[in-house]
Amino acid sequence: MIWTAADTWTAATAVLAAVACALCGSFLLLRKQSMLGDAISHTLLPGIVVAFVLTSSRRTGPMLIGAAAAGVLTAMLSEWVRRLGRVEASAALGIVFSTLFAVGIIMLRMMADHIDLDPDCVLYGSLDMVALDHAVTLVQSPIEPGAFGLFGHLAAVLNFGLPHMTLTLVAVFGLNVLLITLFYKELKIATFDPDLATTLGIRASVMHYLLVALVAMTVVAAFEAVGSILVLAMLIVPAAGAYLLTDRLSVMLVLSMVIAAVAAVGGQLAAITVPQVIPETWFGVGFVDTTTASMIAVVSGVLFAIVWLISPRHGLISKFVIRVALHLRIAREDMLGLLYRANEQMDADRQTGARDLCRTLHLRPLAGWLALPGLRWRRQIELRRGQYQLTDRGHQVARRLVRSHRLWETYLDQQLDVPVDELHFPAEQLEHVTDPAMQRELAAHTDGPEVDPQGKRVPPFNADSIDHDER
Amino acid sequence: MSTTEVKHSTAADGGPVVTGDPASGAAPLSIHDLTVAYHRKPVLWDVDYDAPAGKLVGIVGPNGAGKSTLIRTALDLVRRASGSVNVFGRPYRRVRHLVGYVPQRETVDWDFPINALDVVTMGRYRKIGWCLPVTGQHRTAAMDALQRVGMADYARRQIAQLSGGQQQRVFLARALVQDAQLYLMDEPFSGVDAATERAIVQILRDLRSAGKTVMVVHHDLQTVPEYFDHVLLLNMRVVAHGPTAEIFTPENLHKTYGGRLTLLSQAAEAFARGGQR
Repeated sequence: MIWTAADTWTAATAVLAAVACALCGSFLLLRKQSMLGDAISHTLLPGIVVAFVLTSSRRTGPMLIGAAAAGVLTAMLSEWVRRLGRVEASAALGIVFSTLFAVGIIMLRMMADHIDLDPDCVLYGSLDMVALDHAVTLVQSPIEPGAFGLFGHLAAVLNFGLPHMTLTLVAVFGLNVLLITLFYKELKIATFDPDLATTLGIRASVMHYLLVALVAMTVVAAFEAVGSILVLAMLIVPAAGAYLLTDRLSVMLVLSMVIAAVAAVGGQLAAITVPQVIPETWFGVGFVDTTTASMIAVVSGVLFAIVWLISPRHGLISKFVIRVALHLRIAREDMLGLLYRANEQMDADRQTGARDLCRTLHLRPLAGWLALPGLRWRRQIELRRGQYQLTDRGHQVARRLVRSHRLWETYLDQQLDVPVDELHFPAEQLEHVTDPAMQRELAAHTDGPEVDPQGKRVPPFNADSIDHDER
Repeated sequence: MSTTEVKHSTAADGGPVVTGDPASGAAPLSIHDLTVAYHRKPVLWDVDYDAPAGKLVGIVGPNGAGKSTLIRTALDLVRRASGSVNVFGRPYRRVRHLVGYVPQRETVDWDFPINALDVVTMGRYRKIGWCLPVTGQHRTAAMDALQRVGMADYARRQIAQLSGGQQQRVFLARALVQDAQLYLMDEPFSGVDAATERAIVQILRDLRSAGKTVMVVHHDLQTVPEYFDHVLLLNMRVVAHGPTAEIFTPENLHKTYGGRLTLLSQAAEAFARGGQR
């Protein structure tokens, strides 16, 4: 693998496009309007064409303004269509964006002689051309405009050492940071609670159109690099990943930029390495080439999958761990309860070896195998001559559990008229989620009974001391 | 219900009970000839109402009676077809700082990445001003409000992890930090537990004894006489309004919920269809 100076330019440009998109994309995601980003990436077309016709130039400023206007128009029109046409929001968006895009294409055709716009570039972007563009800038030679998309000539005009695409993205990223920092509070409230925002004098609709204009300008700058389809990946995927990782908006914005940057650099690396590591024999034909933009989107998707797996609260792995932990805790508590009841019945002959406990509780061997060491590690049980016995500590925990169990049975019997022979099962489940406060409330509701509906003694609430007569 | 139950007395101010905006002396909420329509179908029809200052007012009526619409129209969230609404004698946009709003709990996304304290702080955004950051002083005010509703321990909790009653308390705290004179609350008791309901009622009474006017959209008819000094019976138009003891009668309730108004709503449907019969 060879990383050249050209690759550095490509990666830098991709990172800029990705982090700019991630910032405004986060707010789109939180507004549940992700697809508005997709719509805008299409409706930009008539906006840019009009900007070109009006100014007869391909300068960046008019293009950005044209894009912003087209974005706001898209949002407004789809809102009107939704309200007046009484169709659902996504249908309204579909109507508006396909119509505007088609208008853009017609306008483009009519003025084909005047506009150099390469359809391939619009769809797939020209990220891989950045370096070439850069070289051209340095040499200052006339270039073939079509190959470089909308701003093909701009590079030569600017006479900077930077490719024009990168420069535009720097400006747009700066604009994102500036506006989102300045209006952070206003965007936050308008996104979370538009009604309250409006009653406070922060018109939610105005903030929305500001966001849409920002998205449109970001997209027009980014799509030259990555294409109008993959720009959606940059708007949504990093934001969605960050959303899974945190419960704070500010942290989400920073994380979305981190994911975006990692995906951009990772995509560039993959674009260089993948064609080399995959042997020609795999697909019958060799990998001739790949595009950086597609690789960035793929890497974004992979990153999202990883985040989804490891996310602390919503992740697949953490959910699994939580479920297993609960399962094991219930198994441990059931064992304590079983040993407590065996003590209570003074059943000296009762076998309480590992196998007997698991069999009585219908535990899977693995659960028992994990629960018993857990109890010993907590010093709640001890092994004497092959039989498990409660320690003092275990006895206290068990007593609290049995008390919860029997209070629940009493409560279900007294308050809900559950038949006596059906009391055990719900109580068996409820006892595992009963905290001391709930237990106090149960006792209050049932007038602190001495015995439960089946005549078994409800262990009294006595947090520290142990009833030795019970042993 | 006697005022002796109320904890904080306005006597501390050393003067008479402050009712509404001291400067204007006008009714906290004054609605005149108000008509509101959705898609040409009238929801509120010729509503005339002046809210009494310094009272707890219950807004009561069947589903679709326009209770929420009335509040939302007062806040300029819904466009009026005709009529006028004044808050302390002035249009709402001039007196935003005098009004606190508690929307229905379902109107926001509780999965939003934000904690309880942040939500309450939003009540101060107008005081903070455009583009300026939230400062410690405003966070302290938000913490105090959370304390008042008994939610201080949950300040850093993401809001989806709160129970329905706790979420409602957070909304109430957010209205409290607005430090308003008139509070408009849309079903603050919906889906809350008994403890929260008691806590909210106590806060409403505290607000009243501090001279504030509180208007509450309420569904539970049984608790109306206990909670509210005044009622506004609403079913597209005002059926009756006044002190609860006089107005909250079986006949008036029958008029509000019963058949008397079905003709009116049929007419409304006809309007929506474009006058066809």
